[in-house]
Amino acid sequence: MAGRRQGRRETLAGYLFLTPWCVGILLLTLGPMLVSLYLAFTDYNLFDSPKWIGFKNFQDLFEDDRWWTSVQVTLKYVLIGTPLKLAAALAVALLLVKPRKGQGFYRSAFYAPSLIGASVSIGIVWRAIFNDDAIVDKSMSLFGWDVGGWIGDPDWALPTLITLTVWQFGAPMVIFLAGLKQVPGELYEAAAMDGAGRWRRFRSITLPMISPVLFFNLLLELIHSFQVFTSAVVIAGSGTNTGGPGDSLLVYGWYLYEQGFRNLRMGYAAAMAWMLMLGIGLVTAVLFKTQRGWVHYEEEDAK
Amino acid sequence: MSASVAVGRRARSVIWHVGALAVLAVILYPVVWVIGGSFKPGDQIIGSLQLLPTDPITDNYRRLSDGIADVPISTFFTNSLLLAVGSVIGVLFSCSLAAYAFARIRFAGRGALFTLMISTLLLPFQVLIIPQYILFQKLGLINTYVPLLLGKYLAADAFFVFLMVQFMRGLPRELDEAARLDGCGHLRIYWNIVLPLCRPALITSAIFTFIWSWNDFIGPLLYLNEPDKYTVSLGLKLFIDQDSVADYGGMVAMSMVALLPVLLFFLAFQRYLVEGAATSGLKG
Repeated sequence: MAGRRQGRRETLAGYLFLTPWCVGILLLTLGPMLVSLYLAFTDYNLFDSPKWIGFKNFQDLFEDDRWWTSVQVTLKYVLIGTPLKLAAALAVALLLVKPRKGQGFYRSAFYAPSLIGASVSIGIVWRAIFNDDAIVDKSMSLFGWDVGGWIGDPDWALPTLITLTVWQFGAPMVIFLAGLKQVPGELYEAAAMDGAGRWRRFRSITLPMISPVLFFNLLLELIHSFQVFTSAVVIAGSGTNTGGPGDSLLVYGWYLYEQGFRNLRMGYAAAMAWMLMLGIGLVTAVLFKTQRGWVHYEEEDAK
Repeated sequence: MSASVAVGRRARSVIWHVGALAVLAVILYPVVWVIGGSFKPGDQIIGSLQLLPTDPITDNYRRLSDGIADVPISTFFTNSLLLAVGSVIGVLFSCSLAAYAFARIRFAGRGALFTLMISTLLLPFQVLIIPQYILFQKLGLINTYVPLLLGKYLAADAFFVFLMVQFMRGLPRELDEAARLDGCGHLRIYWNIVLPLCRPALITSAIFTFIWSWNDFIGPLLYLNEPDKYTVSLGLKLFIDQDSVADYGGMVAMSMVALLPVLLFFLAFQRYLVEGAATSGLKG
Protein backbone atom coordinates (compact mmCIF):
# COMPACT_ATOMS: atom_id res chain seq x y z
CA MET A 1 0.00 0.00 0.00
CA ALA A 2 2.65 2.45 1.12
CA GLY A 3 4.73 1.45 -1.89
CA ARG A 4 1.91 2.18 -4.30
CA ARG A 5 1.16 5.52 -2.70
CA GLN A 6 4.81 6.42 -2.92
CA GLY A 7 4.85 5.34 -6.55
CA ARG A 8 1.94 7.65 -7.28
CA ARG A 9 3.69 10.45 -5.46
CA GLU A 10 6.82 9.89 -7.55
CA THR A 11 4.79 9.95 -10.73
CA LEU A 12 3.19 13.21 -9.70
CA ALA A 13 6.60 14.70 -8.89
CA GLY A 14 7.98 13.44 -12.20
CA TYR A 15 5.27 15.15 -14.23
CA LEU A 16 5.57 18.34 -12.21
CA PHE A 17 9.24 18.55 -13.09
CA LEU A 18 8.42 17.69 -16.68
CA THR A 19 5.63 20.25 -17.07
CA PRO A 20 7.62 22.75 -19.17
CA TRP A 21 8.97 19.96 -21.34
CA CYS A 22 5.51 18.39 -21.80
CA VAL A 23 3.96 21.72 -22.79
CA GLY A 24 6.87 22.25 -25.18
CA ILE A 25 6.66 18.91 -26.87
CA LEU A 26 2.90 19.19 -27.37
CA LEU A 27 2.81 22.84 -28.41
CA LEU A 28 6.06 23.13 -30.36
CA THR A 29 6.81 19.62 -31.63
CA LEU A 30 4.00 17.04 -31.79
CA GLY A 31 1.23 19.56 -32.48
CA PRO A 32 3.13 21.27 -35.30
CA MET A 33 4.07 17.90 -36.80
CA LEU A 34 0.41 16.93 -37.08
CA VAL A 35 -0.57 20.35 -38.38
CA SER A 36 2.10 20.29 -41.06
CA LEU A 37 1.00 16.80 -42.06
CA TYR A 38 -2.51 18.15 -42.50
CA LEU A 39 -1.33 21.26 -44.34
CA ALA A 40 0.66 19.10 -46.74
CA PHE A 41 -2.69 18.05 -48.21
CA THR A 42 -4.09 21.57 -48.46
CA ASP A 43 -3.70 24.79 -50.32
CA TYR A 44 -2.92 27.41 -47.68
CA ASN A 45 -1.59 30.96 -47.89
CA LEU A 46 -1.75 32.01 -44.22
CA PHE A 47 -4.78 34.27 -44.70
CA ASP A 48 -7.56 32.23 -46.31
CA SER A 49 -8.54 29.02 -44.56
CA PRO A 50 -6.75 25.86 -45.78
CA LYS A 51 -8.39 24.10 -48.74
CA TRP A 52 -8.12 20.30 -48.88
CA ILE A 53 -6.60 19.25 -52.20
CA GLY A 54 -5.51 15.68 -51.48
CA PHE A 55 -2.22 14.63 -53.01
CA LYS A 56 -2.04 17.58 -55.39
CA ASN A 57 0.94 19.17 -53.58
CA PHE A 58 2.93 15.98 -53.88
CA GLN A 59 2.02 15.60 -57.55
CA ASP A 60 3.12 19.17 -58.15
CA LEU A 61 6.38 18.52 -56.35
CA PHE A 62 7.27 15.72 -58.72
CA GLU A 63 6.58 17.99 -61.68
CA ASP A 64 8.47 20.93 -60.21
CA ASP A 65 11.89 21.25 -61.85
CA ARG A 66 13.22 23.50 -59.13
CA TRP A 67 12.19 20.99 -56.47
CA TRP A 68 14.17 18.31 -58.28
CA THR A 69 17.08 20.72 -58.50
CA SER A 70 16.92 21.32 -54.76
CA VAL A 71 16.81 17.57 -54.13
CA GLN A 72 19.86 17.04 -56.33
CA VAL A 73 21.82 19.91 -54.82
CA THR A 74 21.10 18.71 -51.31
CA LEU A 75 21.89 15.07 -52.06
CA LYS A 76 25.20 16.06 -53.66
CA TYR A 77 26.00 18.23 -50.68
CA VAL A 78 25.14 15.49 -48.19
CA LEU A 79 26.68 12.55 -50.06
CA ILE A 80 29.95 14.30 -50.91
CA GLY A 81 30.30 16.60 -47.93
CA THR A 82 29.59 14.14 -45.12
CA PRO A 83 32.11 11.42 -46.11
CA LEU A 84 34.79 14.05 -46.74
CA LYS A 85 34.12 15.70 -43.43
CA LEU A 86 34.15 12.44 -41.50
CA ALA A 87 37.30 11.27 -43.30
CA ALA A 88 39.04 14.51 -42.37
CA ALA A 89 37.75 14.20 -38.81
CA LEU A 90 39.00 10.64 -38.45
CA ALA A 91 42.37 11.36 -40.07
CA VAL A 92 43.06 14.31 -37.80
CA ALA A 93 41.78 12.40 -34.76
CA LEU A 94 44.25 9.61 -35.55
CA LEU A 95 47.00 12.20 -35.76
CA LEU A 96 46.00 13.77 -32.46
CA VAL A 97 45.34 10.63 -30.45
CA LYS A 98 48.96 10.03 -29.45
CA PRO A 99 49.75 12.10 -26.38
CA ARG A 100 52.17 14.81 -27.40
CA LYS A 101 52.98 18.32 -26.40
CA GLY A 102 50.35 20.75 -27.64
CA GLN A 103 47.71 18.05 -28.18
CA GLY A 104 45.11 19.86 -26.11
CA PHE A 105 45.76 23.12 -27.91
CA TYR A 106 45.36 21.56 -31.35
CA ARG A 107 42.21 19.77 -30.29
CA SER A 108 40.60 23.02 -29.15
CA ALA A 109 41.79 24.98 -32.17
CA PHE A 110 40.47 22.38 -34.62
CA TYR A 111 37.14 22.38 -32.87
CA ALA A 112 36.68 26.16 -33.17
CA PRO A 113 35.31 26.17 -36.78
CA SER A 114 32.38 24.01 -35.68
CA LEU A 115 31.21 26.85 -33.48
CA ILE A 116 31.38 29.60 -36.06
CA GLY A 117 31.10 27.75 -39.37
CA ALA A 118 27.34 28.04 -39.75
CA SER A 119 27.28 31.78 -38.94
CA VAL A 120 26.53 34.53 -41.43
CA SER A 121 30.01 35.99 -40.84
CA ILE A 122 31.85 32.90 -42.00
CA GLY A 123 29.50 32.60 -44.97
CA ILE A 124 30.58 36.10 -45.95
CA VAL A 125 34.22 35.15 -45.55
CA TRP A 126 33.73 32.12 -47.79
CA ARG A 127 31.96 34.24 -50.35
CA ALA A 128 34.91 36.60 -50.34
CA ILE A 129 37.81 34.14 -50.48
CA PHE A 130 36.19 32.11 -53.25
CA ASN A 131 35.31 35.22 -55.27
CA ASP A 132 36.71 36.13 -58.69
CA ASP A 133 40.31 37.16 -58.41
CA ALA A 134 40.45 36.37 -54.69
CA ILE A 135 42.88 34.05 -52.96
CA VAL A 136 41.49 30.68 -54.09
CA ASP A 137 41.11 31.80 -57.69
CA LYS A 138 44.61 33.26 -57.80
CA SER A 139 46.38 30.39 -56.12
CA MET A 140 44.69 27.89 -58.42
CA SER A 141 45.75 29.94 -61.44
CA LEU A 142 49.32 29.55 -60.21
CA PHE A 143 48.93 25.83 -60.84
CA GLY A 144 47.50 26.57 -64.26
CA TRP A 145 43.98 25.68 -63.20
CA ASP A 146 41.90 28.60 -64.31
CA VAL A 147 38.42 28.20 -62.92
CA GLY A 148 37.80 31.81 -62.02
CA GLY A 149 35.82 32.65 -58.90
CA TRP A 150 34.12 29.57 -57.55
CA ILE A 151 31.01 31.27 -56.26
CA GLY A 152 29.98 32.67 -59.64
CA ASP A 153 30.36 29.36 -61.47
CA PRO A 154 27.42 26.91 -61.50
CA ASP A 155 29.85 23.97 -61.42
CA TRP A 156 31.96 25.30 -58.58
CA ALA A 157 29.51 27.04 -56.24
CA LEU A 158 28.46 23.80 -54.55
CA PRO A 159 32.07 22.65 -53.98
CA THR A 160 32.55 26.00 -52.21
CA LEU A 161 29.73 25.11 -49.84
CA ILE A 162 31.20 21.63 -49.36
CA THR A 163 34.61 23.03 -48.39
CA LEU A 164 32.83 25.03 -45.72
CA THR A 165 31.26 21.95 -44.18
CA VAL A 166 34.51 19.99 -44.37
CA TRP A 167 36.25 22.90 -42.64
CA GLN A 168 33.99 22.17 -39.65
CA PHE A 169 35.39 18.66 -39.15
CA GLY A 170 36.28 19.51 -35.54
CA ALA A 171 32.97 18.43 -33.97
CA PRO A 172 33.06 14.82 -35.26
CA MET A 173 36.84 14.79 -34.68
CA VAL A 174 36.36 15.43 -30.97
CA ILE A 175 33.91 12.53 -30.81
CA PHE A 176 36.29 10.25 -32.75
CA LEU A 177 39.07 11.19 -30.33
CA ALA A 178 36.94 10.20 -27.36
CA GLY A 179 36.25 6.85 -29.08
CA LEU A 180 39.88 6.23 -30.05
CA LYS A 181 40.98 6.72 -26.46
CA GLN A 182 38.74 3.80 -25.45
CA VAL A 183 40.55 1.32 -27.71
CA PRO A 184 42.73 -0.84 -25.43
CA GLY A 185 46.44 -0.51 -26.20
CA GLU A 186 47.05 -4.25 -25.70
CA LEU A 187 45.18 -4.98 -28.93
CA TYR A 188 47.72 -2.99 -30.92
CA GLU A 189 50.65 -4.53 -29.06
CA ALA A 190 49.39 -8.04 -29.75
CA ALA A 191 48.80 -7.18 -33.41
CA ALA A 192 52.25 -5.63 -33.74
CA MET A 193 53.77 -8.82 -32.30
CA ASP A 194 51.93 -10.80 -34.94
CA GLY A 195 53.57 -8.55 -37.49
CA ALA A 196 50.47 -6.63 -38.55
CA GLY A 197 51.33 -3.44 -40.40
CA ARG A 198 49.91 -0.01 -39.84
CA TRP A 199 47.10 -0.31 -42.39
CA ARG A 200 46.20 -3.80 -41.21
CA ARG A 201 45.98 -2.61 -37.61
CA PHE A 202 43.77 0.28 -38.69
CA ARG A 203 41.45 -1.99 -40.69
CA SER A 204 41.26 -4.84 -38.20
CA ILE A 205 41.42 -3.07 -34.85
CA THR A 206 40.76 0.65 -35.02
CA LEU A 207 37.84 0.65 -37.44
CA PRO A 208 35.80 -2.11 -35.75
CA MET A 209 36.53 -0.73 -32.31
CA ILE A 210 35.35 2.77 -33.17
CA SER A 211 32.48 1.66 -35.41
CA PRO A 212 29.84 2.68 -32.83
CA VAL A 213 31.33 6.18 -32.78
CA LEU A 214 31.49 6.21 -36.56
CA PHE A 215 27.84 5.20 -36.70
CA PHE A 216 26.88 7.97 -34.28
CA ASN A 217 28.86 10.59 -36.20
CA LEU A 218 27.49 9.43 -39.53
CA LEU A 219 23.90 9.57 -38.33
CA LEU A 220 24.29 12.99 -36.76
CA GLU A 221 26.19 14.53 -39.66
CA LEU A 222 23.79 13.19 -42.28
CA ILE A 223 20.73 14.51 -40.49
CA HIS A 224 22.46 17.78 -39.81
CA SER A 225 23.62 18.39 -43.37
CA PHE A 226 20.22 17.61 -44.93
CA GLN A 227 19.07 20.78 -43.14
CA VAL A 228 21.78 23.14 -44.36
CA PHE A 229 20.46 26.66 -44.82
CA THR A 230 22.41 29.71 -43.63
CA SER A 231 25.73 28.96 -45.35
CA ALA A 232 24.07 28.29 -48.70
CA VAL A 233 21.96 31.45 -48.52
CA VAL A 234 24.90 33.65 -47.57
CA ILE A 235 27.38 32.19 -50.04
CA ALA A 236 24.86 32.55 -52.87
CA GLY A 237 24.25 36.14 -51.84
CA SER A 238 20.57 36.74 -51.37
CA GLY A 239 18.47 39.17 -53.37
CA THR A 240 18.84 39.15 -57.13
CA ASN A 241 20.34 35.74 -57.88
CA THR A 242 18.22 33.54 -55.62
CA GLY A 243 19.51 29.98 -55.60
CA GLY A 244 23.03 30.91 -56.59
CA PRO A 245 24.40 30.68 -60.13
CA GLY A 246 22.04 28.46 -62.12
CA ASP A 247 20.31 27.46 -58.87
CA SER A 248 23.43 25.48 -58.03
CA LEU A 249 23.14 26.41 -54.34
CA LEU A 250 19.40 25.94 -54.06
CA VAL A 251 19.48 23.61 -51.05
CA TYR A 252 16.27 21.96 -49.91
CA GLY A 253 15.80 24.12 -46.82
CA TRP A 254 16.12 27.24 -48.87
CA TYR A 255 13.59 26.24 -51.52
CA LEU A 256 11.21 25.31 -48.73
CA TYR A 257 11.71 28.71 -47.14
CA GLU A 258 11.15 30.42 -50.47
CA GLN A 259 7.92 28.55 -51.20
CA GLY A 260 6.55 28.77 -47.68
CA PHE A 261 7.52 32.23 -46.56
CA ARG A 262 8.21 34.27 -49.69
CA ASN A 263 5.48 32.85 -51.92
CA LEU A 264 3.26 31.95 -48.94
CA ARG A 265 2.54 28.52 -50.42
CA MET A 266 2.45 26.99 -46.98
CA GLY A 267 0.69 23.78 -47.95
CA TYR A 268 3.25 23.16 -50.66
CA ALA A 269 6.10 23.91 -48.23
CA ALA A 270 4.56 21.55 -45.66
CA ALA A 271 4.50 18.81 -48.28
CA MET A 272 8.17 19.57 -48.97
CA ALA A 273 8.92 19.35 -45.25
CA TRP A 274 7.29 15.95 -44.99
CA MET A 275 9.19 14.68 -48.03
CA LEU A 276 12.39 15.80 -46.29
CA MET A 277 11.27 14.07 -43.14
CA LEU A 278 10.60 10.87 -45.10
CA GLY A 279 14.01 11.15 -46.74
CA ILE A 280 15.78 11.57 -43.43
CA GLY A 281 13.68 8.80 -41.91
CA LEU A 282 14.67 6.50 -44.79
CA VAL A 283 18.36 7.25 -44.36
CA THR A 284 18.11 6.70 -40.61
CA ALA A 285 16.26 3.42 -41.11
CA VAL A 286 18.84 2.19 -43.63
CA LEU A 287 21.66 3.11 -41.24
CA PHE A 288 20.05 1.26 -38.35
CA LYS A 289 19.27 -1.74 -40.57
CA THR A 290 22.82 -2.04 -41.84
CA GLN A 291 24.48 -1.38 -38.52
CA ARG A 292 24.34 -5.07 -37.58
CA GLY A 293 26.70 -5.74 -40.44
CA TRP A 294 29.38 -3.21 -39.63
CA VAL A 295 28.92 -1.76 -36.15
CA HIS A 296 30.52 -3.81 -33.40
CA TYR A 297 29.35 -3.32 -29.86
CA GLU A 298 31.57 -4.59 -27.06
CA GLU A 299 28.79 -6.50 -25.26
CA GLU A 300 28.11 -8.59 -28.34
CA ASP A 301 31.75 -9.60 -28.62
CA ALA A 302 31.79 -10.67 -25.01
CA LYS A 303 28.89 -13.09 -25.50
CA MET B 1 70.94 1.39 -31.14
CA SER B 2 69.23 3.52 -28.53
CA ALA B 3 70.55 6.62 -30.29
CA SER B 4 68.89 5.64 -33.54
CA VAL B 5 65.64 4.92 -31.72
CA ALA B 6 65.83 8.38 -30.19
CA VAL B 7 66.45 9.90 -33.62
CA GLY B 8 63.50 7.98 -35.02
CA ARG B 9 61.26 9.26 -32.25
CA ARG B 10 62.51 12.79 -32.85
CA ALA B 11 61.75 12.53 -36.54
CA ARG B 12 58.26 11.22 -35.88
CA SER B 13 57.62 14.03 -33.43
CA VAL B 14 58.71 16.59 -36.03
CA ILE B 15 56.44 15.01 -38.65
CA TRP B 16 53.58 15.07 -36.16
CA HIS B 17 54.03 18.76 -35.45
CA VAL B 18 54.37 19.62 -39.13
CA GLY B 19 51.11 17.77 -39.80
CA ALA B 20 49.29 19.44 -36.94
CA LEU B 21 50.57 22.87 -37.93
CA ALA B 22 49.47 22.34 -41.53
CA VAL B 23 45.91 21.58 -40.37
CA LEU B 24 46.07 24.54 -38.02
CA ALA B 25 46.99 26.83 -40.91
CA VAL B 26 43.91 25.71 -42.87
CA ILE B 27 41.72 26.16 -39.81
CA LEU B 28 43.03 29.58 -38.95
CA TYR B 29 43.30 31.05 -42.43
CA PRO B 30 39.71 32.32 -42.73
CA VAL B 31 39.79 33.72 -39.21
CA VAL B 32 43.05 35.58 -39.77
CA TRP B 33 41.65 36.69 -43.11
CA VAL B 34 38.70 38.43 -41.44
CA ILE B 35 40.87 40.07 -38.83
CA GLY B 36 43.39 41.26 -41.42
CA GLY B 37 40.76 42.24 -43.95
CA SER B 38 38.86 44.38 -41.50
CA PHE B 39 41.89 46.70 -41.28
CA LYS B 40 42.43 46.94 -45.04
CA PRO B 41 40.98 49.51 -47.44
CA GLY B 42 37.84 48.10 -49.08
CA ASP B 43 39.34 47.75 -52.56
CA GLN B 44 42.23 45.59 -51.33
CA ILE B 45 40.19 43.03 -49.45
CA ILE B 46 39.28 40.70 -52.29
CA GLY B 47 42.14 41.01 -54.73
CA SER B 48 45.12 41.18 -52.41
CA LEU B 49 46.95 37.99 -51.53
CA GLN B 50 48.48 39.57 -48.48
CA LEU B 51 46.82 38.21 -45.39
CA LEU B 52 47.65 41.13 -43.14
CA PRO B 53 47.38 44.76 -44.17
CA THR B 54 50.65 46.59 -44.87
CA ASP B 55 49.08 49.80 -43.66
CA PRO B 56 46.37 48.99 -41.12
CA ILE B 57 43.46 51.42 -41.12
CA THR B 58 40.46 51.66 -38.82
CA ASP B 59 38.15 53.34 -41.35
CA ASN B 60 36.06 50.19 -41.73
CA TYR B 61 35.23 50.10 -38.05
CA ARG B 62 34.64 53.83 -37.91
CA ARG B 63 32.21 53.54 -40.77
CA LEU B 64 30.23 50.99 -38.74
CA SER B 65 29.35 53.71 -36.26
CA ASP B 66 27.08 55.17 -38.98
CA GLY B 67 25.01 52.00 -38.59
CA ILE B 68 23.27 49.94 -41.26
CA ALA B 69 20.03 51.14 -42.84
CA ASP B 70 19.81 53.95 -40.27
CA VAL B 71 20.01 51.52 -37.36
CA PRO B 72 23.07 51.88 -35.12
CA ILE B 73 25.19 48.74 -34.74
CA SER B 74 24.75 48.89 -30.99
CA THR B 75 21.04 48.15 -31.46
CA PHE B 76 21.78 44.87 -33.23
CA PHE B 77 24.20 44.02 -30.46
CA THR B 78 21.78 44.81 -27.66
CA ASN B 79 19.11 42.72 -29.38
CA SER B 80 21.40 39.73 -29.90
CA LEU B 81 22.65 39.97 -26.34
CA LEU B 82 19.12 40.18 -24.96
CA LEU B 83 18.07 37.10 -26.91
CA ALA B 84 21.19 35.14 -26.01
CA VAL B 85 20.96 35.87 -22.29
CA GLY B 86 17.21 35.23 -22.30
CA SER B 87 17.83 31.89 -24.03
CA VAL B 88 20.51 30.87 -21.55
CA ILE B 89 18.23 31.51 -18.58
CA GLY B 90 15.41 29.56 -20.19
CA VAL B 91 17.54 26.56 -21.14
CA LEU B 92 19.17 26.31 -17.72
CA PHE B 93 15.83 26.43 -15.98
CA SER B 94 13.66 24.22 -18.16
CA CYS B 95 16.22 21.63 -19.31
CA SER B 96 17.56 21.00 -15.81
CA LEU B 97 14.03 20.43 -14.50
CA ALA B 98 13.31 17.92 -17.25
CA ALA B 99 16.70 16.27 -16.83
CA TYR B 100 16.14 15.87 -13.11
CA ALA B 101 12.86 14.10 -13.75
CA PHE B 102 14.45 11.73 -16.29
CA ALA B 103 17.54 11.05 -14.21
CA ARG B 104 16.27 10.97 -10.65
CA ILE B 105 12.53 10.33 -10.43
CA ARG B 106 10.97 6.92 -11.11
CA PHE B 107 7.60 7.71 -12.66
CA ALA B 108 5.20 5.85 -14.88
CA GLY B 109 5.97 6.45 -18.54
CA ARG B 110 9.52 7.63 -18.01
CA GLY B 111 11.08 5.26 -20.51
CA ALA B 112 8.64 6.13 -23.29
CA LEU B 113 8.95 9.88 -22.73
CA PHE B 114 12.74 9.65 -22.67
CA THR B 115 12.69 7.85 -26.01
CA LEU B 116 10.35 10.49 -27.36
CA MET B 117 12.72 13.21 -26.18
CA ILE B 118 15.74 11.56 -27.80
CA SER B 119 13.87 10.99 -31.07
CA THR B 120 13.15 14.71 -31.39
CA LEU B 121 16.91 15.06 -31.91
CA LEU B 122 16.47 13.40 -35.29
CA LEU B 123 13.60 15.63 -36.37
CA PRO B 124 14.34 18.15 -39.14
CA PHE B 125 13.29 21.60 -37.98
CA GLN B 126 11.66 22.28 -41.34
CA VAL B 127 8.70 20.09 -40.34
CA LEU B 128 7.98 22.42 -37.45
CA ILE B 129 8.61 25.93 -38.70
CA ILE B 130 5.50 26.35 -40.84
CA PRO B 131 2.93 25.44 -38.14
CA GLN B 132 4.96 27.26 -35.51
CA TYR B 133 4.98 30.36 -37.68
CA ILE B 134 1.23 30.10 -38.21
CA LEU B 135 0.70 29.72 -34.46
CA PHE B 136 2.75 32.77 -33.59
CA GLN B 137 1.21 34.74 -36.42
CA LYS B 138 -2.32 34.01 -35.18
CA LEU B 139 -1.27 35.04 -31.68
CA GLY B 140 0.05 38.34 -33.03
CA LEU B 141 3.59 37.58 -31.89
CA ILE B 142 5.40 38.17 -35.17
CA ASN B 143 8.12 40.79 -34.80
CA THR B 144 8.48 40.04 -31.10
CA TYR B 145 11.08 37.91 -29.38
CA VAL B 146 8.54 35.45 -27.98
CA PRO B 147 8.81 32.93 -30.88
CA LEU B 148 12.60 32.94 -30.53
CA LEU B 149 12.55 32.44 -26.76
CA LEU B 150 9.51 30.30 -25.97
CA GLY B 151 11.16 27.00 -26.93
CA LYS B 152 14.07 27.70 -24.62
CA TYR B 153 11.70 27.98 -21.66
CA LEU B 154 9.90 24.78 -22.63
CA ALA B 155 13.00 22.55 -22.82
CA ALA B 156 12.65 22.15 -26.58
CA ASP B 157 16.44 21.73 -26.95
CA ALA B 158 16.67 17.99 -26.34
CA PHE B 159 20.45 18.13 -26.64
CA PHE B 160 20.78 19.97 -23.37
CA VAL B 161 18.26 17.79 -21.57
CA PHE B 162 20.26 14.78 -22.74
CA LEU B 163 23.58 16.34 -21.70
CA MET B 164 22.24 17.09 -18.22
CA VAL B 165 20.62 13.67 -17.83
CA GLN B 166 23.95 12.04 -18.66
CA PHE B 167 25.69 14.19 -16.09
CA MET B 168 23.10 13.67 -13.36
CA ARG B 169 23.21 9.90 -13.82
CA GLY B 170 26.90 10.08 -12.96
CA LEU B 171 26.26 11.72 -9.59
CA PRO B 172 26.34 9.38 -6.57
CA ARG B 173 22.82 8.38 -5.54
CA GLU B 174 23.73 8.16 -1.86
CA LEU B 175 23.59 11.94 -1.71
CA ASP B 176 19.91 12.23 -2.52
CA GLU B 177 19.05 9.12 -0.52
CA ALA B 178 20.64 10.68 2.56
CA ALA B 179 18.79 13.93 1.90
CA ARG B 180 15.57 12.00 1.46
CA LEU B 181 16.01 10.32 4.85
CA ASP B 182 16.38 13.82 6.26
CA GLY B 183 12.96 14.54 4.84
CA CYS B 184 13.90 16.53 1.75
CA GLY B 185 11.47 16.46 -1.15
CA HIS B 186 12.46 16.41 -4.82
CA LEU B 187 12.38 20.16 -5.14
CA ARG B 188 14.95 20.63 -2.41
CA ILE B 189 17.15 17.79 -3.64
CA TYR B 190 17.03 19.30 -7.11
CA TRP B 191 17.80 22.81 -5.96
CA ASN B 192 20.22 22.21 -3.08
CA ILE B 193 22.07 19.07 -4.11
CA VAL B 194 21.80 18.16 -7.77
CA LEU B 195 21.95 21.60 -9.37
CA PRO B 196 25.11 22.73 -7.56
CA LEU B 197 26.83 19.46 -8.46
CA CYS B 198 25.78 19.84 -12.09
CA ARG B 199 27.69 23.06 -12.56
CA PRO B 200 29.96 21.75 -15.34
CA ALA B 201 26.98 20.51 -17.38
CA LEU B 202 25.10 23.76 -16.74
CA ILE B 203 28.07 25.86 -17.83
CA THR B 204 28.50 23.81 -21.01
CA SER B 205 24.82 24.15 -21.85
CA ALA B 206 24.87 27.87 -21.11
CA ILE B 207 27.84 28.54 -23.39
CA PHE B 208 26.45 26.49 -26.25
CA THR B 209 23.04 28.13 -25.89
CA PHE B 210 24.61 31.57 -25.96
CA ILE B 211 26.67 30.83 -29.06
CA TRP B 212 23.82 29.14 -30.95
CA SER B 213 21.44 31.94 -30.14
CA TRP B 214 24.06 34.50 -31.19
CA ASN B 215 24.67 32.73 -34.51
CA ASP B 216 21.02 31.90 -35.18
CA PHE B 217 19.90 33.15 -38.55
CA ILE B 218 16.75 31.41 -39.66
CA GLY B 219 14.81 32.16 -36.45
CA PRO B 220 15.29 35.94 -36.58
CA LEU B 221 14.89 35.84 -40.37
CA LEU B 222 11.46 34.28 -40.00
CA TYR B 223 10.11 36.25 -37.10
CA LEU B 224 11.70 39.72 -37.13
CA ASN B 225 10.80 42.21 -39.81
CA GLU B 226 11.76 45.65 -38.52
CA PRO B 227 15.45 46.58 -38.64
CA ASP B 228 15.45 48.01 -35.12
CA LYS B 229 14.51 44.56 -33.80
CA TYR B 230 17.20 42.82 -35.89
CA THR B 231 19.98 40.74 -34.39
CA VAL B 232 23.61 40.94 -35.46
CA SER B 233 23.13 38.09 -37.95
CA LEU B 234 20.27 39.92 -39.65
CA GLY B 235 22.21 43.17 -39.56
CA LEU B 236 24.94 41.39 -41.50
CA LYS B 237 22.36 40.18 -43.99
CA LEU B 238 21.31 43.79 -44.56
CA PHE B 239 24.89 44.36 -45.66
CA ILE B 240 24.84 41.51 -48.17
CA ASP B 241 21.53 42.69 -49.55
CA GLN B 242 23.09 46.05 -50.31
CA ASP B 243 25.55 44.13 -52.48
CA SER B 244 25.37 46.68 -55.27
CA VAL B 245 27.24 49.10 -53.06
CA ALA B 246 29.92 46.42 -52.43
CA ASP B 247 31.21 48.01 -49.25
CA TYR B 248 33.59 45.15 -48.56
CA GLY B 249 35.43 47.06 -45.85
CA GLY B 250 32.33 47.63 -43.79
CA MET B 251 31.05 44.11 -44.44
CA VAL B 252 34.25 42.45 -43.26
CA ALA B 253 34.51 44.72 -40.22
CA MET B 254 30.91 43.91 -39.31
CA SER B 255 31.58 40.16 -39.77
CA MET B 256 34.51 40.51 -37.43
CA VAL B 257 32.44 42.33 -34.84
CA ALA B 258 29.76 39.63 -35.07
CA LEU B 259 32.31 36.85 -34.61
CA LEU B 260 34.12 38.50 -31.74
CA PRO B 261 31.82 37.47 -28.85
CA VAL B 262 31.83 33.85 -30.03
CA LEU B 263 35.61 33.82 -30.37
CA LEU B 264 36.04 35.34 -26.92
CA PHE B 265 33.64 32.82 -25.43
CA PHE B 266 35.59 30.09 -27.13
CA LEU B 267 38.92 31.30 -25.76
CA ALA B 268 37.52 31.61 -22.26
CA PHE B 269 35.59 28.34 -22.11
CA GLN B 270 37.25 26.07 -24.69
CA ARG B 271 37.63 23.23 -22.18
CA TYR B 272 33.92 23.12 -21.42
CA LEU B 273 33.03 23.36 -25.08
CA VAL B 274 35.33 20.60 -26.28
CA GLU B 275 34.49 18.27 -23.38
CA GLY B 276 30.78 18.91 -23.89
CA ALA B 277 31.08 18.18 -27.59
CA ALA B 278 32.98 14.98 -26.89
CA THR B 279 30.46 13.56 -24.45
CA SER B 280 27.23 14.36 -26.19
CA GLY B 281 28.03 15.03 -29.80
CA LEU B 282 26.86 18.61 -29.70
CA LYS B 283 27.00 20.39 -32.99
CA GLY B 284 28.44 23.84 -33.23
